[in-house]
Amino acid sequence: MRYTQEFGKILNKTEIAKGTFDVILHSPEIAKIAAVGQFVNILCDGFTLRRPISLCGFNSEKGILRIVFEVRGKGTEWMSRLQVGDDMDIIGPLGHGFGLLDSSKKAVIVGGGVGTPPLLPVAQFYRENATVITGFRNASASILQDDFAQAGTNYILCTDDGSAGIHGLTTQALEQYLNKNTCDIIYTCGPKVMMHGVARLAEEHKINCQVSMEERMGCGVGACLCCVCPTKDDNGNHLTRVCLNGPVFMSTEVDWDA
Amino acid sequence: MPDMSVKICGVSFKNPVIAASGTYGYGMDYNEFYPISRLGGISCKGTTLVERAGNPAPRIAETPCGILNSVGLQNPGVGRFLTSYLPRLKKQNIVVIANIAGNSVEDYCKMAERLKESQVDIIELNISCPNVKQGGVNFGILPGSVAEVTSQVKKHSDKPLMVKLTPNVTSIGDIAKAAEGAGADALSLINTLTGMRIDIKTRRPILRNNTGGLSGSAIFPVALRMVREVYKCVKIPVVGMGGISSWEDAAEMMIAGASAVQVGTANFRDPFACIKIIEGLESFADSLGLKSIAELTGTLNEW
Repeated sequence: MRYTQEFGKILNKTEIAKGTFDVILHSPEIAKIAAVGQFVNILCDGFTLRRPISLCGFNSEKGILRIVFEVRGKGTEWMSRLQVGDDMDIIGPLGHGFGLLDSSKKAVIVGGGVGTPPLLPVAQFYRENATVITGFRNASASILQDDFAQAGTNYILCTDDGSAGIHGLTTQALEQYLNKNTCDIIYTCGPKVMMHGVARLAEEHKINCQVSMEERMGCGVGACLCCVCPTKDDNGNHLTRVCLNGPVFMSTEVDWDA
Repeated sequence: MPDMSVKICGVSFKNPVIAASGTYGYGMDYNEFYPISRLGGISCKGTTLVERAGNPAPRIAETPCGILNSVGLQNPGVGRFLTSYLPRLKKQNIVVIANIAGNSVEDYCKMAERLKESQVDIIELNISCPNVKQGGVNFGILPGSVAEVTSQVKKHSDKPLMVKLTPNVTSIGDIAKAAEGAGADALSLINTLTGMRIDIKTRRPILRNNTGGLSGSAIFPVALRMVREVYKCVKIPVVGMGGISSWEDAAEMMIAGASAVQVGTANFRDPFACIKIIEGLESFADSLGLKSIAELTGTLNEW
């Protein structure tokens, strides 16, 4: 049995930016087999569909999961009202996560907004060999900067309004970086338009790039075929399940223009 | 403990709970939660003669007590179904219902021919998919076309034929009688109700296909009423579905006249929904002192 349903007790909960919550769960069965870039599906009282939330961290020995989510609608709003000691009904670990090279390789990690959390474990894997570029609307929306700093990464912060870090887009920062440096792999998660920009730069510089896609999801395990992403390969164009075949794809697999 | 097995058009199911087509793929995804051999049966993802890519995303939208979907029959085609999916599924010791869809009567007949001598136990004729441009529900809304496709497929098939009905009709009883008259061995109902959601910021439908099929608890009372209506019109077995999410819902459906039930959208909320329904029905039948769960079917005492 690859999937587990368990009641994860909330050990800690912090609002790290307005409407963005950092939750630590005791979920030993899922933590035991979780991998970087996977997600869990969370039941929200009164809703038919679970909410897919990526793992921002996990500790197999301590049986702990960390999730960071933004209140986007009524389901996540319900989740945000849960308190320390409450249980979350979760299914996981789900999906195909990030592929990691040897940790001595040079990685560039590009995160946008609430797409940043699943990239933290990637940064923690490459540590000083990782360059992390994250972008947020403004200083108060920026999250996880301390975590990326603690991981020992080279950290570049961008904001849309210049209220913190570089005034500009992550793709501009990435372009500047790649004009002077090289790396073995690029990882990205965030708004689709940003990931498309990252994918284009990776292709120009002939660097492998992994992207974590998002789509409205049904079952979360590959059965219902609702959360498809346009992909392409030698056999032509396909609509591929984000929940099972993804969420992480090679940037060249994604049919960005579809 | 009561005998949980039921027999529908000559096929024995170990219990009356069947995973509903379109929500359960070809079964193996849920085999990662529990052995799917515990189910009575599985109705496979709607399959067509040739592979279909389906509709672009978004394909799903949440609604009060339910969802809309517009997958559009994405499937690998009957060839790969037979060579790759069916053998794996049959190894699980489970009744397999092949849900078939097509653009023309000829397509449905060719599908039935391809399934001859296969390990498929029952064919479910999908003439009720609301999410494809050609075929699908167009065959299911008029008694004449229902009878035509049903009788033609019967001529090309050696399997029991279960016709899956759409609720998007004026009189479901007339449709049911047309299918029975044309040789259907069983009926299953209801497929989804056509619906829509709009994003008020962009003023666009949430679904890329604009409309989709409504399923989930929201449609349960409608499904129950239609199963009852059809049960009273026909002599062939009726398999009830539409928003069943608990054993109590399943019991209501059987009391209304269903010989078995299909469970779909409830699996998304609780992947163990089918198992809980089987266990709940068993305890319920036991508490009533029934020898067999089949004794529940059609026992409604109407006012």
